[in-house]
Amino acid sequence: MVTYIIRRLIGAVLMLVIVSMVTFSIFFVVPRIAGATAEGFASRYMGRSANAEMIAVTAEKLGFNDPLPVQYGRWISGVFVGSEYDTGATIEECPAPCFGYSFIRRQPVWPDLVDRIPVTLSLASGAAVIWLLCGVATGVLSALRKGTVFDRAAMSIALAGVSLPVFFTGIVSLVIFSYGLGITAPGGSFTPFLENPVEWAYSLLLPWITLAFLYAASYARLTRAGMLETMSEDYIRTARAKGMKESRVVVRHGLRAALTPILTIFGLDLGLLLGGAVLTESTFSLKGIGDYAVQAIVTNDLPKIMGVTMVAALFVVLASLIVDLLYAVVDPRVRLG
Amino acid sequence: MSAPSSFLELRDLRIHFPTDDGLVKSVDGLSFQLERGKTLGIVGESGSGKSVTSLGILGLHKGGRAKISGEIWLDGEELVTASADHVRTLRGKKMAMIFQDPLSAMHPFYTVGAQIVEAYRIHHPVSKKVARKHAIDMLGRVGIPQPEKRVDSYPHEFSGGMRQRAMIAMALSCDPELLIADEPTTALDVTVQAQILDLMRDLQRDFNAALIVITHDLGVVAELSDDILVMYGGKGIEYGTAEDIFERPEHPYTWGLLGSMPRLDRERSERLLPIKGAPPSLINLPSGCAFHPRCVYADRTGGKSSAEVPELLESDGGHLVRCHLPHEVRRDIWENEIKVNLESS
Amino acid sequence: MNKRSALAFAAAGAALSLGLSACGGGGSETKSADGSSAAPATADAFNAGLEAVFNPSDKKGGVLKMAISEDWDSVDPGDTYYALSWNFVRIYGRSLVTYTPAPGAEGRKLSPDLAEKLGESSDGGKTWTYKLRAGLKFEDGTPITSKDVKYAVLRSMDKETLVNGPTYFNDWLDLPKDFKSVYKTPDVNTDSAIETPDDQTIIFHLKKAYGGFDNFAALPGTIPVPKDKDTGVKYREHVMASGPYKFDKVEAGKQYTLVRNEHWDPATDPIRKALPDSYEISLGVNADDLDNRILSGDLHIDLAGSGVQPAALGRVLGDPTLKARADNPTGARTWYTSIVSDVPPLDNLECRKAVIYGADRVGLQNAYGGEFAGGEIATGLLPPSIGGWKKLDLYPSGTGDVEKAKAALAACGKPDGFETIMSYRADRPKEKATAESLQQALAKVGIKLELKGYPTGDYFALYAGKPDFVKKNGIGLAVNGWGADWNDGFGFMSQIVDSRTIRESGGNYNISIKDKEIDAKIDQIFAETDVAKRDALWGEIDQRVMEQAYVLPGVWSKSVLVRPLGVTNVFVTGAFDMYDYLNLGVQ
Repeated sequence: MVTYIIRRLIGAVLMLVIVSMVTFSIFFVVPRIAGATAEGFASRYMGRSANAEMIAVTAEKLGFNDPLPVQYGRWISGVFVGSEYDTGATIEECPAPCFGYSFIRRQPVWPDLVDRIPVTLSLASGAAVIWLLCGVATGVLSALRKGTVFDRAAMSIALAGVSLPVFFTGIVSLVIFSYGLGITAPGGSFTPFLENPVEWAYSLLLPWITLAFLYAASYARLTRAGMLETMSEDYIRTARAKGMKESRVVVRHGLRAALTPILTIFGLDLGLLLGGAVLTESTFSLKGIGDYAVQAIVTNDLPKIMGVTMVAALFVVLASLIVDLLYAVVDPRVRLG
Repeated sequence: MSAPSSFLELRDLRIHFPTDDGLVKSVDGLSFQLERGKTLGIVGESGSGKSVTSLGILGLHKGGRAKISGEIWLDGEELVTASADHVRTLRGKKMAMIFQDPLSAMHPFYTVGAQIVEAYRIHHPVSKKVARKHAIDMLGRVGIPQPEKRVDSYPHEFSGGMRQRAMIAMALSCDPELLIADEPTTALDVTVQAQILDLMRDLQRDFNAALIVITHDLGVVAELSDDILVMYGGKGIEYGTAEDIFERPEHPYTWGLLGSMPRLDRERSERLLPIKGAPPSLINLPSGCAFHPRCVYADRTGGKSSAEVPELLESDGGHLVRCHLPHEVRRDIWENEIKVNLESS
Repeated sequence: MNKRSALAFAAAGAALSLGLSACGGGGSETKSADGSSAAPATADAFNAGLEAVFNPSDKKGGVLKMAISEDWDSVDPGDTYYALSWNFVRIYGRSLVTYTPAPGAEGRKLSPDLAEKLGESSDGGKTWTYKLRAGLKFEDGTPITSKDVKYAVLRSMDKETLVNGPTYFNDWLDLPKDFKSVYKTPDVNTDSAIETPDDQTIIFHLKKAYGGFDNFAALPGTIPVPKDKDTGVKYREHVMASGPYKFDKVEAGKQYTLVRNEHWDPATDPIRKALPDSYEISLGVNADDLDNRILSGDLHIDLAGSGVQPAALGRVLGDPTLKARADNPTGARTWYTSIVSDVPPLDNLECRKAVIYGADRVGLQNAYGGEFAGGEIATGLLPPSIGGWKKLDLYPSGTGDVEKAKAALAACGKPDGFETIMSYRADRPKEKATAESLQQALAKVGIKLELKGYPTGDYFALYAGKPDFVKKNGIGLAVNGWGADWNDGFGFMSQIVDSRTIRESGGNYNISIKDKEIDAKIDQIFAETDVAKRDALWGEIDQRVMEQAYVLPGVWSKSVLVRPLGVTNVFVTGAFDMYDYLNLGVQ
């Protein structure tokens, strides 16, 4: 088991290195191949009144003329030992882990991300609880009542949930529940959990439900399919033959087995969401990682985009690592391998 | 209806499943009796209704869609009309089942011990510790070495034979009075089969349970059974003592089964005599005798075979046969055509 | 003003815009020619806030809630080039002079702010003197002196550090050669450019005369910055307030809150009412949600001031109650297509005219979003809200005149038409629609267009704004657009008609106008101190541009603004063509 963990950890680190290289390539190498110049990169960080020589000076100052491996090395070394940036009047420290420094916002990226993680975490965790409970419960009931009106209605709603985009359901639900009925918080509301847990839950209720709806739908379908499969397994018949109550058969024997693959998907979904629930955050104007990514992309702020990509990748890699380890705990058959 | 004197008695049991393609008559009018300490072998091809019968007795025939009628009397209680919850309380305790292929029949995520403990604690309100001791005890009784260690193993960590032993330990953990074994040895190789059959025979004697062994393999029932019921197309077609079935079989289908039976005293290379044709569809059973399309003697009944469903009639001394051929003709065919062939081959 | 600003915000909803571009219909807006304010309005009516103060009040208190769908460049007054920012900055900063808080054209007139009165020129318009009011203080109680104004102007010129702002002072002030920036060469004497003989007086020296210098003095760059509080580019994180409000919370990309500045003395400030107790500005609010919140009254002002998104536009124009809450101002912005006069055969005037005759002007209007959200069909480059504008009628403005176009083609020596390339910004659906409309219309007269989209970010730097690229690729037509930095001829025209601003290295907004006669008129204007005469000359330049067919005008842009519920003193200022943010109050 220990070697298994170590092997997976090394794999995770390698994966992050690869992601960092790919990210760097996408934003620095590929544009170069496509013909972008060092000045082209620099002009993103200049006002519209900048002239050619100012852009050239900036390109030199920001190191866009250096060979690409040097630029990559500088970026990576920033993560471990930090970097320094000239603000005109002073030199600004970007302490490790320096995931880049926005030349547009004139701020290190990492503190911004740290500042935004609680929002994304709150959104993702609350929604995850809702979708897991609702999705799995619906899926189980649908599987047990396969073919009934309940099953058909639930699966139709689930299909709608998977198909409807959050920016549509989100805006519509805001108009109805927040501005029409006034029972939920308006867009952009967020109160930190530690400040006021009730207010926290109230302000996030609508985003939670909207986001959870999307996922609950697919989890309901997954759970239903999984339950239909496991409930026809021989060991379920064995459990019944023992004289076990049906509810216990369903939960302890059926759901337990059906949930194992769902756990994998759940872990990865959660990891992806922690890297930013992009649509939900921008629909509800929540200042999370996803909103940050959108702003970074809209303003073409490369260091921000790279930083947020790396952090998102970190979450996904971590999540898949945790899922792998959890899987070994949940399914004893995996432990041998 | 009146309670019978036998421990287990089925009267005209029918289990039908409505499907999109039509009504599947898995069990269609089955009756038999069984006493404590005795063994009944139910033999038939897949789809003959033998497994559904056993599940029907346990109340495990699938879901609310199945239609069940007739009577199942267990120790003076009628189970078809009893509440599902009451039948559940009998399951595992009064009647237990050993399933085919213990790898899929045991939950892969729980240890063998945990699954026995669970079975025991459903019916006995004892602490986990006590139940665990009992589980170790049971594993020991079914011949698993180092049971106090193996109790914490997962099913996939057991060999096939060991798993079947564990399965038996689980079924016997509540000391059931009726034990149903569904193809208990099919998934095992031949030497292990023999061990398991020995074990079941010993345990049945120790527990004094009524045992139903369900199999497609006449060899298995030959080892264990007092009585044998041969099923075809959802119906019993021959029912008698083991001696009746092996020494004086009267149904052409039973002859076919005997002919296709591999025997340890025969050479491997020798040819088996498979029954021609495929088992019938349970939705559209052939008219008349369900077996007649495959029966080589059907032409000797003057067309009755395909026109009229034969009754299960007594041929002699409790030996029941469902066949249009007259008793004497059947005797004659067995003695002069089949038996000779089987022995000479 | 800055063309990036409004477009960046408009782009957010652009994906939906095509489907809704045909919405609208009904009456068009009229402007009072004399610029006088009508009587205050309190009843909802379409355009009620255009020429009058809607819901006037002096009631203090409350929280004014503003929001914007994205962040803008900076709240540092020396580092910002967004119209909304120049409007908004006046809440916490006071420049030497500023735009009079009044509806319509009156809002374009300048009023002294820090200064006691407008600038006094001497030396034939090369020297401008301002005297500061007495009793001015920063938010920390230290007095504001002319040296703080000088420092602010000088620091705003460091374009390596403060990259965003305009470069008017860089271009016009008479600075010593060895001065680089306040950060790199802090000890160089800069009195040749700006003198501060005492704490109240500031004197600007220009390289050459410019009669409209008061417009420079109204730039946020003249908002004072105390040298010892300047943190370079990080100053945006704590701007020292000179106006009635100061920053309380500054969270970049998330929110700003402003509270009352106790050291602001209303006695020194005749133009500000300072009504709300505080301001809350949310950044990065979903654009559609923002509109919905304003419509429901949950939010007051869309800081961007560029109008509602396409999703809300249909609702607002379709619902009479909501339409009565809307204002539909025409901005000082023209969307047009440059006809590149040195790419053959467009070097021939008649061929250029053929393009204008053949164009479907209504189709172009629809491409930009129709009558309300797009704008009025433009007949010249200069928009109507700029002084000196006069209605030109050189070309028909219908759906295209095939006969006249063919006649022009014949005169050009290309009776069968010609082929050329048209560039547009690929990620702007409206510009793509423009190019497609033109392609269809010109095909009828035999002019074949090949459409080429280029990335917005580098459109001017590397493609349409780079002369050798244009020539090498034979780009004859280029979709373009321009908004005034401020609403006078210089503020609108100087960057797009003066051939001497064209740099070979790229980044030019003037793609097609290279005319000696126009350049000469511009020089004439610089020397002219009389506003009316300057305005008339800009009008002549506009006429010349159209006569020479250097551009095909599309629309003078209009936007649909929604008046907030429960807010007082709402009106559209002619200075920025959005609601004036200076004196809004909460009911």
